[in-house]
Amino acid sequence: MTLAFLNLTWPTFANGLALGGVYALMAVGIGLVFGVLRLVNFAYGQLIMAGAFALAYGSQWGFPNWASILFCFGVVLGLSVLMDWLVFRPLRTHSPAVMLVATFAVAFLLQSIALLAFGPLGKSAGELAILNAPWDIGGVFIKKIAVISFVTAVGCLVILQLLLTRTPLGLHMRAAAMDFRTARLLGVRANWVISGAVIVSGLFAAVSAVMLSVTELTVVPAFGTQDTILVLAGVVLGGLNRPIPATLGGFAIGFANGVLGGVLPSNQSQYLPSFLFAAVIIVLLVRPNGLFARGGGAVERV
Amino acid sequence: MTALAVEKLTVRYGAVEAVRDLSLEVKPGEIVGLIGPNGAGKSSTLHAIMGAAPVTGGDVRLDGRSLVGRRPEDVARRGIALVPEGRRIFGELTVEENLRLGLAGRRRGSNGGGLERAYELFPVLREFRSRQAGVLSGGQQQQLAIGRALAAHPGVLLLDEPSLGLAPKIVDVVFEALAQIRDSGLGVLLVEQRAQRTVALADRSHVLANGELRLTLGPDDAGDTDRLVAAYLA
Repeated sequence: MTLAFLNLTWPTFANGLALGGVYALMAVGIGLVFGVLRLVNFAYGQLIMAGAFALAYGSQWGFPNWASILFCFGVVLGLSVLMDWLVFRPLRTHSPAVMLVATFAVAFLLQSIALLAFGPLGKSAGELAILNAPWDIGGVFIKKIAVISFVTAVGCLVILQLLLTRTPLGLHMRAAAMDFRTARLLGVRANWVISGAVIVSGLFAAVSAVMLSVTELTVVPAFGTQDTILVLAGVVLGGLNRPIPATLGGFAIGFANGVLGGVLPSNQSQYLPSFLFAAVIIVLLVRPNGLFARGGGAVERV
Repeated sequence: MTALAVEKLTVRYGAVEAVRDLSLEVKPGEIVGLIGPNGAGKSSTLHAIMGAAPVTGGDVRLDGRSLVGRRPEDVARRGIALVPEGRRIFGELTVEENLRLGLAGRRRGSNGGGLERAYELFPVLREFRSRQAGVLSGGQQQQLAIGRALAAHPGVLLLDEPSLGLAPKIVDVVFEALAQIRDSGLGVLLVEQRAQRTVALADRSHVLANGELRLTLGPDDAGDTDRLVAAYLA
């Protein structure tokens, strides 16, 4: 059974959904921190890289899979919190340009450390690679990791939505993203909402690290960097300060990446990133406010 | 007992002194007005009390304990609620979510306040509680901003020009609500441009000009237009 369009098959479509789901998680991870700190974290990919290396080493050291995954979560969360304390918070009141350059510096610092510590050849992702084996779903063979990635991403997004809409912390995080100063004047604790955003963002980076290292098989120091740039393009495409459109933007570019990667003949796949970025530029020229922006924008009453 | 005491407060932004040597106090169950021309330092005073403006001299005390140097969220959690200028409601959140945000300022162990307090004072908020706050009229948004502050069950309520941009009929609603809030035992510090109405409502009103206290008026002075005008021009 095929989707009689180009070379699009159901497995390719599933891979697109899976990568879309992971990119959506990354988009939310970046968007949450942007919401409360007004900081675009370019070092998000390096969090994912660190998690992927943790997973690979866990496997090499003979950890059971659950322990490797736990180790990966621990490393990513620890690094997120450290980044927040050492860089984000001290620079919180500085200009966006300063914070942006700072996250660039952190990104390259972490990547250089990884290069020194683990070498350029990288490591095999380890035992979780068995999840690349297919499941037979009604005669169609879909990779297990594709199903797991998509279901996990949707699950994470649903849980986050419940956190944001049903809990006081979530309400405080939303208010802080809209107007931090007023939120604080009402008694919303700045440190709590920033910590909340950084931790959820880190959790999503850890989940992305697990999913991406299974599909990519090899972990190198540049792991996650191109994904992060694509996600950022997707977030801008959706609309940076609007959580749901930003998530959709991340999903859209992940889906396009996954599907086109499967459809293009393998000798042409090196053109894929250039094609995606060209598409992003064209969309932004046509719709500067983002793909999913509403016509008039938000109305403020006086 | 004095709820809120401002003692020789000085607020400075860089080289600009916005407030100089200002002293005033707000006791439970009274409204204190703070009036004066634009740029007189009224809003700076409120922000300094909240910990959101740089205090370079003097002290702000709540029930005897200094608030200077505390973060805005900590001042709010000690029992001072601000209704900011321009209302600053969260337009994309519902009315009820805006009120729930007010609960963030509740003091530990406090059982008072809550959403019911706001709904009792402003029934229109209950009616519209699941609507987006951004679609409310200006007057309704002002009621929401006051309701949100009361949800925190504060001991002292600060208001920064609550009548700004409202129709006269709505101004009546807001001033009546302030009288009720006073009667419930709260201390209220009211910054206003509507000098005459403020002087008539408040237990006493301080006239501020160029960051300094110029004159204090009682309710009986509200009819004395000459004295009001003279105070503004002094």
